[in-house]
Amino acid sequence: MSSFKPHNNRAWLGVLPVVLIVAFSAVIPLMTVVNYSVQDILDLNTRFFVGFEWYRETLNDPRFLAAFLRQVVFSLTVLMIEIPLGIAVAKSIPKTGRLTPFILILLALPLLIPWNVVATIWQIFARPDIGLLGVGVNALGISYNYTAEPLHAWLTLVAMDVWHWTSLVVLLTFAGLTSIPLPFYQAAELDGANRWQLFTLVELPRLRGVLIIAVLLRLMDSFMIYTEPFVLTGGGPGNATTFLSQHLATMAVGQFDLGPAAAFSVIYFLFILLFCWLFYTTVVKRDES
Amino acid sequence: MNRSSSRWVLATYVVYLLLPLYWLLSMAVSSNADIAGDFSVLPRSPTLANFAEIFSNPVWYQAFGNSLTYVAINSIISLTVAIPAAYAFSRYRFLGDKQLFFWLLTNRMAPPAVFLLPFFQLYSAIGLFDTPFAVALAHCLFTVPLSVWILEGFFSGVPRELDEMAKIDGHSFLYFFFRVFLPINRGAIGVTLFFCFMFSWVELLLARTLSGSTAKPIAVVMTRTVSASGMDWGVLAAAGVLTVLPGALVVWFVRKHLAKGFALGRVS
Repeated sequence: MSSFKPHNNRAWLGVLPVVLIVAFSAVIPLMTVVNYSVQDILDLNTRFFVGFEWYRETLNDPRFLAAFLRQVVFSLTVLMIEIPLGIAVAKSIPKTGRLTPFILILLALPLLIPWNVVATIWQIFARPDIGLLGVGVNALGISYNYTAEPLHAWLTLVAMDVWHWTSLVVLLTFAGLTSIPLPFYQAAELDGANRWQLFTLVELPRLRGVLIIAVLLRLMDSFMIYTEPFVLTGGGPGNATTFLSQHLATMAVGQFDLGPAAAFSVIYFLFILLFCWLFYTTVVKRDES
Repeated sequence: MNRSSSRWVLATYVVYLLLPLYWLLSMAVSSNADIAGDFSVLPRSPTLANFAEIFSNPVWYQAFGNSLTYVAINSIISLTVAIPAAYAFSRYRFLGDKQLFFWLLTNRMAPPAVFLLPFFQLYSAIGLFDTPFAVALAHCLFTVPLSVWILEGFFSGVPRELDEMAKIDGHSFLYFFFRVFLPINRGAIGVTLFFCFMFSWVELLLARTLSGSTAKPIAVVMTRTVSASGMDWGVLAAAGVLTVLPGALVVWFVRKHLAKGFALGRVS
């Protein structure tokens, strides 16, 4: 949001419909969750106030802590692969040329595929009996079976997430690269900068904005990953690929543990709120300055 | 990177991108007997039988219809409420504007799993459970904030002088808004529509929870086929190809704004 805007509280009329509809879909449910998180609900008419009991229980629950740890390791792993790879691919796309629009659309394809279909594609691709990848890797003499081996399942999920989301980093970085004015490159050339210096001293500082957006979007979205592991591995083998959302969904609609699931939801939501605040302060404040 | 090594990076990545897609297509045109039989990199006897199965089986084509219905309802609601709000955010300061803008973002980023339980009860209580309206309204949770943020990014790029000139010319605000402002922003509205469509089309968790037996979306039918009838991989792959098509068909028209849309309008 840029400055130099007149102050006018009548603008509230414009935002009112949005406030109403989002309040209906977000505030009412959120209040329900908070309400449940402090009660023990045996059935609809029998409930007790239990205070912060469920919060204490959730934070001490080894299954929650294990899912949380798996989530953090997974999110950091995919970020550490997707960001550098995305930058490398973006730099390798010619900035002008007849092929460039086609390359960009090709790269955007995985972003346009429904998430459950992404998982289905990888299921078909990686199965050791019918998949190109599964059969291929086994033919190389490496025993590979993602449905039975926890490590293989985890690696398959990482490969799938890289396949699915690196394109987002590529598109953002490419948009950032093309907005760098030509004189910057000419000046660097005059100074005799080599390619590495050109990248670190000219391009990287000007990519800071888009890279912050890319990192935060990937961090938040990977933190709530649900569909892909649900379809590909079902969270297994064992609990090897059960991340936060799936753990929560199992508690809430699988076992109907209303209180603990609600407390879990509130803790989860607070984490996301923290990430959002980081995104907002770095991205929107930068726009204003 | 010099030119040849950068070509190598790009080519390798594109191959990595295309291999799973090739395999999906290959499975989609293979019969189940071929898939279960000896492994072959090329489809042995290409057939369209899997697609024919989808178009003739009501479980499949009704599921496509259900998904398209709630996506359409959701897109209409989202754009209708987001356009005036984005205009207000881009043109005026008002009490609580920054807090409100931030609050919208938190909803775009909130994990759907958090809302699972209350949504289920809320929509059951008001009698919308198992209708396309339940899923469409639930998806507003993230498509409305997404639309406001993207549109605000575009609207802020339109110079304010335009608004003032219309006023000087003696046009009413409504005339200006509908006859001048919206037409010059039709590209932005198209892009926003595309992103509403995309995010509603790809969501599974809420759509799965809020639909029972009649309004079952395509994503749910796909996950159930795997578990129910064993290994109908060919039909599953064909359904996968069909769900990729809508996005692949419209992407050409929004190709210049993809980065901006995915970055919530924060990239020019």
